[in-house]
Amino acid sequence: MTRFLLRRLLWFGITLGIVMALSFFLMHAVKGGPFDGERQLEPAIERNLEARYHLDWPMWKQFLHYVGPLNLDQQGAAWLTGGDGSRTFGGVLSGDFGPSFRYRDFSVNDILAESLPISALLGFVAMMWALALGISTGIASALWRGSKIDLALRLAATCGIALPNFVIASFLIILFVFLLPLFPVAGWGNLSHMLLPGFCLGLVFAAYISRLTRTGLLEALSQNHIRSAHAKGLAPRTVVMRHALKGGLLPVISYLGPATAGILTGSLVIERIFYIPGTGSHFVNSALNRDYTLAMGVTIVYTVLVYTLNTIVDLAYTLLDPRIDLEEV
Amino acid sequence: MIDVSELRLRQVLPLGLLAGAFVAVLGLARGARRVPADFTFNNGNEVTSLDPATLTGLPGGRVARAIFEGLVVSHPRTLEPLPGAAESWEISTDALTYTFRMRHAARWSNGAPLTAHDFVYSFERFLNPLTAANYAYLLWYVKGARAYTSDVDVDGQARHDFSSVGIRAPDEYTLEIELDAPTPFFLDLLTFYTLCPVNRRSIEEARARWPERWELEWLRPENIVTNGPFRIIERRVNDRIRLVKSDSYWDAKNVAMRSIDVLAVEQEATMLNMYLTGDLDFTERINPALAREMLPREDFVPLPYLGTYFYRLNTTRPPFDDVRVRRALHLSLPREEICEQVLGVGQIPAFSLIPPILEGFEGASAGQPDLSRARALLVEAGYGEGGTPFPTIEIHYNTSEAHSAIAQVVAAAWRDALGINVKLRNEEWKVFLDSQNNLRFDVSRSSWLSDYADPSSFTDVFVSAGENNRTGWSNPEYDRLVALAARERDPQRRMGQLRDAESILMRECPILPIYFYVHQNVVAPRLGGFHHNVLDAHFPKFLYWMDDAELAEKRRAQPADWTRAPAHGPRAGLYSPAQQHERSAR
Repeated sequence: MTRFLLRRLLWFGITLGIVMALSFFLMHAVKGGPFDGERQLEPAIERNLEARYHLDWPMWKQFLHYVGPLNLDQQGAAWLTGGDGSRTFGGVLSGDFGPSFRYRDFSVNDILAESLPISALLGFVAMMWALALGISTGIASALWRGSKIDLALRLAATCGIALPNFVIASFLIILFVFLLPLFPVAGWGNLSHMLLPGFCLGLVFAAYISRLTRTGLLEALSQNHIRSAHAKGLAPRTVVMRHALKGGLLPVISYLGPATAGILTGSLVIERIFYIPGTGSHFVNSALNRDYTLAMGVTIVYTVLVYTLNTIVDLAYTLLDPRIDLEEV
Repeated sequence: MIDVSELRLRQVLPLGLLAGAFVAVLGLARGARRVPADFTFNNGNEVTSLDPATLTGLPGGRVARAIFEGLVVSHPRTLEPLPGAAESWEISTDALTYTFRMRHAARWSNGAPLTAHDFVYSFERFLNPLTAANYAYLLWYVKGARAYTSDVDVDGQARHDFSSVGIRAPDEYTLEIELDAPTPFFLDLLTFYTLCPVNRRSIEEARARWPERWELEWLRPENIVTNGPFRIIERRVNDRIRLVKSDSYWDAKNVAMRSIDVLAVEQEATMLNMYLTGDLDFTERINPALAREMLPREDFVPLPYLGTYFYRLNTTRPPFDDVRVRRALHLSLPREEICEQVLGVGQIPAFSLIPPILEGFEGASAGQPDLSRARALLVEAGYGEGGTPFPTIEIHYNTSEAHSAIAQVVAAAWRDALGINVKLRNEEWKVFLDSQNNLRFDVSRSSWLSDYADPSSFTDVFVSAGENNRTGWSNPEYDRLVALAARERDPQRRMGQLRDAESILMRECPILPIYFYVHQNVVAPRLGGFHHNVLDAHFPKFLYWMDDAELAEKRRAQPADWTRAPAHGPRAGLYSPAQQHERSAR
């Protein structure tokens, strides 16, 4: 277990290093900069701007400055930091993601700290929808296997997987905002703002969970201990809910890790449609704006999140299924 | 083993759920506190900064105008300069020295008096190369200012002392600005939002308190000190800015709205949905696909403002180095078709660079379409029958459905009328700008929106050394006329020079004007004090809600075929204390 975690940690460092270097140099290789606009700047003003954000440094120096932990910013910022010299440490390795180029009044840390909890909350609501819908329809499908109910639910699940969530969002907005005014059309604040986007975001995962539950439950129901439970004379409800479901849900639980990562990274479209100030919208916008630091910050945070979630899932597998040995993973 | 793992899972899962529920409750508590603002509008995009010196873009300007006030402000309809933080001004007979008398009643939001020294500090900061203000050039008409911003040492510090710049405060309430040369539109420039003052003490206090992050800290809603009709109390990126009326503002009696929410919705479908459900009272853009449907409504009345959509031609490349080819392309451009069939909400076909809506300025025209003349010009230039075949040309535009639709119509028209091969090339916005700046195009989609209501904001673009020229075109006579007009003090003669300059541009055709913009504002019918002007600039200070009587009166004056829209806002109206007083007197 410890060896497994240590090895994971080592790979984590290597992965993160590669992700950082690749995205940094790729991003700077793309044409256009953060200060380009319809109006070209006066050359003198452009020079001043580049000097202020160190875009006039050679690329390797910009990268080292960005990664840290040593702050290479010596004289340039002396005036800005109040004349009393600059910090010795800076950069990502000291926990500083730098200033945002587009949102100039905020550091990337500020933006992430403000938007990540919102995306997390949206993801949580989506996950609740996905579990509630997925498990209940999965059970119904399995119990009435081959019936019209099963067919209808499986058809719905296929639709849920096939339809992109912005299409579903449009339908739901017409239904539940304009025809039946139950929810606000967009915005973020209270629970009523969360239900609709959460549902749209969770639907595709609900569909997968429904299928996994159905398959898992069917397999569990055919096992010997279920037959003996029936034979003992237990009520069918007790057999399903207490005995079969326990084993039947194992595949669903192992799917939660990838699903969480998927919900977090998949929220950008939903965040834009429902005007939610989460991290998802920064994913695309920061690249379009050439907001180098914010794009790097979002990439790094998501790399860490996905890596951590995957590790937790691997750990969970062994807890759920003793046949899997971590040392071999 | 299975028992143990299940036990762990059973312990962990509820904990996880509990933590999630806790976050949810926190989120609920946060949202529940908020009361809807008196007025909510969509800014279209998140503001780049609250620091007037470094902010760029219209959305930032709207907020800056609400929370700050410069020396001079614009009349909401005519845009003529009105006293702002300065009560009055005198211009010396040589038109080189402007002396502003500061308003004694003007206050910062922390109650401190606003003085001439505040403006000296703010302008110094604005021009300082270390501030790196995009718009610093607006003050380069001031003596010594250009050198102060441009001459820097290796550390990026200014080589000159600020005393070399012609901005002085002889006493608390007098501000003197000395110009290099007479600048007829200098007062108009001063209304620009980047020239609003900032509070020195609050910046210095922030610097002492947060030596490492003061640059961000002084701009936080809880720390920023402002001098405008509103002050900011809440801000979340891509969510909302909450403004409340500032009681320390000198003209607070003329401010009606007690609170304003500024949203930054970028999705066009979302902003219209929010407007239709009453979550927004004003949005500055609309889904182009739906604009036509909205057209007969009273809350969507597009009107022209100072913006032109045009194509740049790369005159450094053959065949565009030949003026006959450029004119042929101009004469066969299907402007009517574009305006009526592609755009369809009142855009005006453009035959000149400057929209013909500026009072006292009659522009030049590039001439009406003429297909046979166009064909003849191409033959004259040595292409087509008996000459060399016309090379394949490329229309370059930034990725967008609307630009693509226009480019297709243009390509088809050129193909049909002139028999030339036209390809389309689209690029992502920043890559597109890079290509355009480096003249890597044949024909490139462009637009120009004016910052101030003067023809020179258009003609300045195409001078030989202009960094926005981007056509490779240069004409000494054009440069001379534009330079003359910059110093001409007789308004009529000045307009004549600018018109002559424009007619050179239209004769030489380094650009092909296509259409003049109309604004796409959707405005709640009950909203009062929202005026149309040639810059499509709006000033929250003057906004109020009409009561039923006033709304009925406004509707009586409307054309009969307009459709009524639901009237959001308080039925009883919301008037400023001064208006309230006036109404009760009537």
